[in-house]
Amino acid sequence: MSSESTSKKSIGIVKTQSVRISQPLKLACGIVLTEHELIYETYGELNAQRNNGILLCHALSGDHHAAGFYEGDNRPGWWEHYVGPGKAIDSDRFFIVSVNNIGSCFGSTGPTSINPQTSEPWGASFPSLRARDWVESQRLLMEHLNIECWAAIIGGSLGGMQAMRWSLEHPTKVRNAVVIASSMKLTAQNIAFNEIARRAIKSDPDFCDGNYLQQVKAPVRGLALARMIGHVTYLSDELMGQKFGRELRIGDLVDRNADPVEFQVESYLNYQGDKFSDSFDANSYILITKMLDYFDLSREYGNDPVKAFGHSECNFLVISFSSDWRFAPERSREITDALLAADRPVSYIEIESDKGHDAFLLPNARYEDALGGYLSRVADQLQGGA
Amino acid sequence: MSQDYGFIRDWITADSKVLDLGCGDGSLLLQLQQKHNILGYGLEIDPQSISQCIARGVNVIEQDLNKGLTNFADGSFDTVVMTQALQAMRYPHLVLDEMLRIGRECIITFPNFGYWGTRAYLNFRGRMPVTKQLAYQWYDTPNIHFFTYADFEALCREREINILNRRTMAEDFPDKQLKNLWPNLFTQTAVYHLSRQ
Repeated sequence: MSSESTSKKSIGIVKTQSVRISQPLKLACGIVLTEHELIYETYGELNAQRNNGILLCHALSGDHHAAGFYEGDNRPGWWEHYVGPGKAIDSDRFFIVSVNNIGSCFGSTGPTSINPQTSEPWGASFPSLRARDWVESQRLLMEHLNIECWAAIIGGSLGGMQAMRWSLEHPTKVRNAVVIASSMKLTAQNIAFNEIARRAIKSDPDFCDGNYLQQVKAPVRGLALARMIGHVTYLSDELMGQKFGRELRIGDLVDRNADPVEFQVESYLNYQGDKFSDSFDANSYILITKMLDYFDLSREYGNDPVKAFGHSECNFLVISFSSDWRFAPERSREITDALLAADRPVSYIEIESDKGHDAFLLPNARYEDALGGYLSRVADQLQGGA
Repeated sequence: MSQDYGFIRDWITADSKVLDLGCGDGSLLLQLQQKHNILGYGLEIDPQSISQCIARGVNVIEQDLNKGLTNFADGSFDTVVMTQALQAMRYPHLVLDEMLRIGRECIITFPNFGYWGTRAYLNFRGRMPVTKQLAYQWYDTPNIHFFTYADFEALCREREINILNRRTMAEDFPDKQLKNLWPNLFTQTAVYHLSRQ
């Protein structure tokens, strides 16, 4: 099934759009962004009733380029396998909106943008963010697009947190929330990994207390290290064993004089770290990992997830992956149990996968089938079917 | 199977909350949603059945019944249903207890191993019955506990379970005519509506 669907047509060439939101955005920390820029892409057509919109929420390092290709570039979007014509998130039936969130570093207002008050990059002084700030900024984009209610909001990991937050903050503006490999709050272990990553970045002498842009430097070593740590936690032990084992890339362990020796896994991780540090901003990484750490779905609902979800009005689809230990299936079951106890419509599936947390981005026949089946029914309902 | 839904529908009140353990493709819950406007959830572990439920708009939770139902609160459902699956549970009596803890009422259907056809099969062929209802070979069957109508009645007595309703089902002559007279012999499928006393 997955090979069949990989051959499904791509949405093709896509273009990035941008909008300057001039309504003030009051952040959870109290600071007001008088205006902010959002970079986004859309796939498919908004119907006459303007009710077939789907919002995709990206995770920690994601961006707005979820599907298709840019002119003259052969790299597909990060969710190419699932987003496009006839795919699980079907651009023939839905108007799909994928936005780069504020605080990130792909064009939307964030630490690399110029602070209008100082005329210098925000850098480390960019205000601290919460998931609700992303939701609020997305709501302003929704107004700009003249959409009243999303047919679905879909997100993995931190994206799932946004989908859940939407369902509580704006219950009448979302009909379905698809929460993938997510959690109502991070575990201590999860926060610990994020802190190690932040420490790695801050330990780089080129970090300059976060003001590296002004000093024309970049803490690429620290950021690469942060990503390497993260990357290990997104994979499963099993998958790393299968993918790399103890294969050597350079050298020979039998010949004791053969130095240097490099394992495939070392080479892979170094490559991933370097690639990431070239494209991501260190302050954004710190900002968004903190956003993850601070997220607690039910904090202002008396720490009661059942009470929290009592405010939601949409249907939920919750998906987890068996080998994901960063956002383990238990976390998704907690979400499901809270929804059940709150008498909310919910389906939950645990997909068998050896791909760890990254599984939510990768091809998987059952995942595709469930997501596609669920959304196909959502589309049928929009068209007045059963 | 479609016939026992008839009884089940009669025993479920409109707008109530229903949990279907081992819900399969979700047909029962879908019927109850459409006809009784229930809030329904099914538990299932078969991936294909789960996908079918999702695609037809039936709430389904991937959860193995044999690993317990501790995530469901006492009395959190009006009715807990289990059709043709009790015989496949590791500990049927404990599952029954759990069903009666979670639901105010329970509905159970199971194949009656005391049916004359299965008795005759074992008696005359000397082999474990493979019938339309119990369609598996002994070495490769999900059905690991075989019990009869009479066994189930005894279990309810022992565990002080209140039988609100019972229905016996059989398809052919003369079973249909005789099942009320000798239920343990002529019932193919038994349907029970239970509560705690």
